[in-house]
Amino acid sequence: MDITAAFSEALQLILGADAKFLQIVGLSLRVTLTAVLLAALIGLPLGAWLAISRFSGRALVIVFVNGLMGLPPVVAGLVVFLLLSRAGPLGSWGLLFTPTAMVIAQTVLVLPIVIALTRGTIEELWREYREHLASLGVNGWRAVPTLLWDGRFALATGLLAGFGRASAEVGAVLIVGGNIANYTRTMTTTIALETSKGDLPLALGLGIVLMALTLLINALAFGASRIGQRFAG
Amino acid sequence: MRDLASILPLRVENLAFEAEGKALLGPVSFKLPKGGITAIIGPNGAGKSLLLRLCHGLIAPASGRAEWATEGGLLAGRKGHAMVFQRPVMLRRSARANLQHAVSVAGAGRRVAEALQRFGLEPLAERPARLLSGGEQQRLALARAWLLAPEVLFLDEPSSQLDPGATRQIEAILLGLASEGVTLLMTTHDLGQARRLARRVLFLHRGQLVEDAEAHAFFAAPRTEEARAFVAGDLLW
Ligand SMILES: Nc1ncnc2c1ncn2[C@@H]1O[C@H](COP(=O)(O)OP(=O)(O)OP(=O)(O)O)[C@@H](O)[C@H]1O
Ligand SMILES: [Mg+2]
Repeated sequence: MDITAAFSEALQLILGADAKFLQIVGLSLRVTLTAVLLAALIGLPLGAWLAISRFSGRALVIVFVNGLMGLPPVVAGLVVFLLLSRAGPLGSWGLLFTPTAMVIAQTVLVLPIVIALTRGTIEELWREYREHLASLGVNGWRAVPTLLWDGRFALATGLLAGFGRASAEVGAVLIVGGNIANYTRTMTTTIALETSKGDLPLALGLGIVLMALTLLINALAFGASRIGQRFAG
Repeated sequence: MRDLASILPLRVENLAFEAEGKALLGPVSFKLPKGGITAIIGPNGAGKSLLLRLCHGLIAPASGRAEWATEGGLLAGRKGHAMVFQRPVMLRRSARANLQHAVSVAGAGRRVAEALQRFGLEPLAERPARLLSGGEQQRLALARAWLLAPEVLFLDEPSSQLDPGATRQIEAILLGLASEGVTLLMTTHDLGQARRLARRVLFLHRGQLVEDAEAHAFFAAPRTEEARAFVAGDLLW
């Protein structure tokens, strides 16, 4: 099949809102958005706590979390696979090869990014705000809401970075999702499969959507940091 | 006659601070009764900011104490003490939101709209606080402290970066607060300002309280050699 024909068929898939095509895009977005949401719910408070707490071994924890930001997706997938596989500790939940398993794997991938960026952002703000907040009678964890709100633009950028990483990865979702048609097939796993099978239009169409998504994320991140700069003076 | 609900007088007894084994302040003793403006003056690095932060409870003394008349003395809140810093911290929000934040976390006293009006901040209310000029930020910081309805207000160089007009504006505000019964303890580098505002002067030099005197007496005839040199502009640090 020649490339031009593949392109025009890919565009037809996108513009024609092909049901199978939309299902794949929809599942990918649902999985990744859920993972980012979960990572935010866990990572924002945890990162903020790490920023303002002092305990022995704190430096070690920070280095560890920073290191996890570079965790290869296949390794994250492998770990979650081992946890969820029939013989694994969570095997009885029966989650392997379900969308939920993919959400868990992507949460594991995004969480270190959220924790590390939150820790950095909040620690810097805390240094600056500490005495002012203490003067208002706000100490320790009670300062967290103020700090999170004032770091909102940097934190939004961090969440978008996490979203970008999760939506682009293929290794983790492939291992724990199994790439089952109409069930756990995401944009990236479909591209990997269809390209090797020779269904170029579907792969190309999904590739275009993925690229557009990446551009959108970067535009949003750019916008957030611009507005943030305005408030940071 | 002592006001039973008052946190004053503040009793500072042998208050000392050190960092990394180096004595930076004290021991210092004085009493701050209710009312009036007291100016802490002295060269750079004398320990003026440290003394204010110790009194406000932001840092812990190495020895000695600063004791309020009522149990512990309240931080912020009604019948409490508030502070305006040498470099006021502006939250990454609008001017109005900076005021609202103080009210919501300290749970205190006055209305934001009233503060905006009294301190001439209405036209600036929606602007990001960090983009305001130095003078505007100083006014916002004062408004923010005033919102808490403090009985005592600590001010660290409230007009150090301001032009003469803005300085006069701040001084008028401070005199207004004092006339309403707020007790002010402020540091200043501006001896003219100390003369214009203060009833009493605490002169600090190298961490020691060298003179504690009525302002007019201090400026007419300082008792110590260091104070004489300082007022004459000959004492550097
Ligand atoms: N946490 C700290 N660790 C070490 N040294 C400190 C610390 N805080 C203050 N100092 C030192 O203590 C001295 C007094 O500081 P302070 O800020 O009280 O001076 P100041 O009288 O307010 O001076 P200025 O007029 O310049 O504002 C300075 O020499 C300063 O370097
Ligand atoms: Mg100072």
